[in-house]
Formats: sequence, structure tokens, C-alpha cells
Amino acid sequence: MTYGSKRVVTGAHYGLRDWLVQRVTGALFALFTLIVLAKVLLTSGPLGYEGWAAIFSPQWMKALTFAVFLAITWHIWIGMRDIWMDYIKPVGIRLALHVFTIVWLVACLGWAVQVLWRL
Amino acid sequence: MTELTKKRPEFRNINAFKDLTTYRMAAAAWVSILHRASGGIMFLLLPLIVWLFDTSVSSEISHGVFQSAFTAGVGIVPAWFIKLVVLALIWAYLHHLIAGLRHLYMDMFHAVTKEFGRSSAVVTLTLSIGLTLVLGAKLFGLY
Repeated sequence: MTYGSKRVVTGAHYGLRDWLVQRVTGALFALFTLIVLAKVLLTSGPLGYEGWAAIFSPQWMKALTFAVFLAITWHIWIGMRDIWMDYIKPVGIRLALHVFTIVWLVACLGWAVQVLWRL
Repeated sequence: MTELTKKRPEFRNINAFKDLTTYRMAAAAWVSILHRASGGIMFLLLPLIVWLFDTSVSSEISHGVFQSAFTAGVGIVPAWFIKLVVLALIWAYLHHLIAGLRHLYMDMFHAVTKEFGRSSAVVTLTLSIGLTLVLGAKLFGLY
């Protein structure tokens, strides 16, 4: 029973949204991979530091990369939440793991964003 | 009514070492559990991924640290170990990407037959392992 007073604070969202978000964000990341790969292959000569940094230095690329990082963070959250929901049954431990996942993800995202705009 | 009341066999207290190892999983089952495992691995190694991005792109000096990680190691971590972990990341990414594209294809074209499930799973495993071997050989300087 997963409704009314039996609903679990760390339970499922009982809907379509996570499923759709997982597909859209996944497709975005596949597309992003293609863009970076194309830029790498179009660099003339050996890649080196200059060529690699030049891929991410245009403002539009930073903005796009930022959006993709956000999307993939959301994607990882849905995936990890599914894993915890499948294997970890006690609500307290599951809640702790949810909190750990969010802290881990937000910390990594902040670091990656700093790298991006320091460039 | 008799069929409904007849109890199906129930299995409790599965022994992880005896029962799980004797399961004969279909190719699609392997793709499924490895999709999950590869995602979990990338989640746990996320700080390493950001570190690789940071050092490779931030400056000439940090790029030198990035490059020497694969030849001389970083701190007490030897280069071969870093390469091994990066190889695991390469596999995880390739498997996760290809298995994800398989999902998108199935959703878009309602490809739900048993035969397609099997053949696409075999393609996924072949591609991800094959590409990992090719890129892994490059990573370890075999060509």
C-alpha cells in the first residue's frame, strides 16, 4: 500500500515524469558527446592543451556544457534514487543515502561549473 | 477456481553464493544489470571525472599534471592503476550510452519483441566490449 498514511517519504513519485526526464537528459548527453567528439576530430594537428581548452572556451559552449551538466546531474539523481529504492528498504538508511547522493552531486556540479567559467 | 487457489512454488532465503551464481541470465538481463552497475560506477567516480576535466582544461601546468598521471602517476597512485580505473570508466560510459540508445530505440519504435530484445542486447554487449578493447589498447599504448 503506497497511498494515504502508508506513503513512504522516500517512495516513488508514482508517475511519468522521471521516465521522461531520464530519456530527455540521456539523449541530451549523447548529443553533447557527439558535439565534443566532432570538435576533437575537427581540430587540425595533435590535440594538446591549446586545442582541448579551445573546445570549451567559447561562451556558447560554456553555456551548453553547463546546461548538459545540470541535465546529467538530474539524470544521475533519478538513476541513483532507483537503485536505493530497489535495494535499501529501511526508510532511515535510504533517506541518509538520498542526502549523501544529493550532497555528492551538488558538490561535483559546483566544482565542474567553476572549472568551466574559470576558463 | 482450483487453479487460482493452487499455490505457486515460493523461494525464500536465496543463498547469494549458491543460487545467484547458478542463474543463467539472458543477454538482455546482462545488459540490464550492467546498465545499472555502469551508472553506479560513474556516480561513485564522479569526483575523478571532474578532476580529469579540471586538470586537462584549466591551464598548461595542470594539463601537464593530467598527462603525467598516465605516465608517472599522481602522488602515491601509480599510472597503471589510474589507467585501469579510466579503462573502467571508458567501459562504463560506452555500455551505459549504447544500452541507453537501445532504450530510446525501443521506446520510439515500440520494439518489444522477444527476438529484438535478444539481438539488440547482443549488439549492445559486442559494441561496448569491442570499443572498450580498442580504446583500452590505445590507453595502454599497444598501438
